Formats: sequence, C-alpha cells, structure tokens
Amino acid sequence: MLILHCPYCGMDVDETDLHAGGQAHLKREGPGSSDEDFEDYLFLRENPKGVHFERWRHVYGCGKWFHAARCTNTLEVFGTYPAQTLEPPQEIRDKISGKRPGWSWGMFK
Amino acid sequence: MSNAVSALQGKVAPGEVTIREAGLRGMITLRGDLSDKQIRRVCTDMTDQKFPEAGKAHCEGDKGICWMSPDEVLLLVPYAEVNDHLTRIAVALKGKHYLAENVSDARALLYVEGEFAREVMAKLAPVNLHPDTFGPGDFRRTRLGQVAAAFWMRDEDTFAVICFRSVAGYAFDLLAASAKAGAVGHFVEG
Repeated sequence: MLILHCPYCGMDVDETDLHAGGQAHLKREGPGSSDEDFEDYLFLRENPKGVHFERWRHVYGCGKWFHAARCTNTLEVFGTYPAQTLEPPQEIRDKISGKRPGWSWGMFK
Repeated sequence: MSNAVSALQGKVAPGEVTIREAGLRGMITLRGDLSDKQIRRVCTDMTDQKFPEAGKAHCEGDKGICWMSPDEVLLLVPYAEVNDHLTRIAVALKGKHYLAENVSDARALLYVEGEFAREVMAKLAPVNLHPDTFGPGDFRRTRLGQVAAAFWMRDEDTFAVICFRSVAGYAFDLLAASAKAGAVGHFVEG
C-alpha cells in the first residue's frame, strides 16, 4: 500500500484516498504537430523499472492533482510536489540522485 | 415554505458508542483565495471562530469553519440563518472572485459519541487516528468505508462526521455496525 504526502493538505494520505493519473510531465501535442509527436503524446509512455514520475489526485480529500516521484521496483517514495510545474523540482532530483545515482527518466536525469 | 427535514431525521443507534444524526445544520461552501483578508474576515465574523489552518477546523456549538482544501472552506451555521449569511457574504465580497453556495440540504451530519469513538472511526477510514496525531481541532476529508466523508473531533470522545445526504443511510449503518462490533483496544491510553 502506497502512502503519499499531499503537498496541498500537508497530510500523509493512503493510496485508497487517491486516484492514479498516469505518467507526469507529458507535453501536449496539439493541432499542427507531426503525426509522430502526436502518437508519442497520445500512446507512448515511460514504463521504467526504477525511478518514475506520476500524477496523483487526492480525490477523497482536497481534490487537487499533484506529482509523485517514486521507485516502481521498491515502492520507495522520493517525494511529492505540486503539479504547477513543467519539471521535477531540484530538491526532488537531488534526493533521487542521492539514492539512485545515474538515474534518468524521459528527458530528466 | 416546505417543511425541511434532515436526511435521517435524528435517527439514533444507542450503545456504548452512540451514533446520532444531528438534524438540520446550515452549511455553506465557500471557495476563493483563502489568504484574502476580506474572505477570512467574513468567515470569522459569521461563525465567531478563528480562521483555521490547513487540516484544521474551529467549531463550537453549531457554528464553525472547516478547512476543506487550499481554496475551500465549509462554514457551519444554524440552519435557519443560512440565507442571511449568504446575503452577508454577497455584500461583503462584492466584486471578488469567489463562490458561496448553500449545501445544507445536500449533506448530513452525524455524531459518534462514546468512549471508544476513536476506534469506531479508525476501523472505517484510512487515517492515522492515534491520539498523538489526531485530536480535537484536527479535520480530515477522506472516505468512510466506500463513501466520501469528512470528520473532526468535538472533544476526546465525540466525532462529528459530514457526508453526502444521499449516502447518509449507508454511513449511519456503517458507523452503527462498527460501534456494535465493539472496541479493538488498539489505542490503549497509557
């Protein structure tokens, strides 16, 4: 069972209070984009064994979306942060680098 | 005007821990920028309570302010006064970006009273209800069994639970079953 920290409520929240929202940091490809980019945006997802960034919604609580950085292998949670960002905050990246040196995920490392 | 009745009309399940429907209560959902002084002022003036921080509720008698999310509070007032308060909000916050809605008849309020009320709740919600982490003044939106609910402690032995009116029957039966099943002895006071 996952327990994530909701950055809005400031509470540790059980997985059953949350709703999983899939991969984080997707860039939308709208009208005018190439077919390859659109396919990538629509269908292709990271599926790592290790460091992963996900969207979660505190659905039974404040109802807000947030992001979580965690390890899909060990279920270790590196941290959570508000969704109003285009990339993981440096603090979270440093934390991951400390525990998983040399990690990379999509365009981040 | 039609005769307003609460969801379960004061139903009671007596026992060591008693479940009681609290009857009609005025509830106003207020959304907006909670750091805004005027919004805070109208909340505190209406309820005579201090404005709560995140995850807290200040309630006394049938008045209170509950922190629901970073941009939402639930104001508790006497049922008969709801419309007066809505008018007051509309006057005080004229021109501001906010939303205030009377949700009194969309919700139900239940009380869980008794020595092991804490355990009755802990069995149903995925929340750490240890006395060190959850006490009077704390407020939590979560789920109760299969439905959304919010609760706070009125005192050491009493929980107040708010749920949607449509699921009040389920929530009441769930709490009553949990109370009937007895104490677990998990939170032994030492």
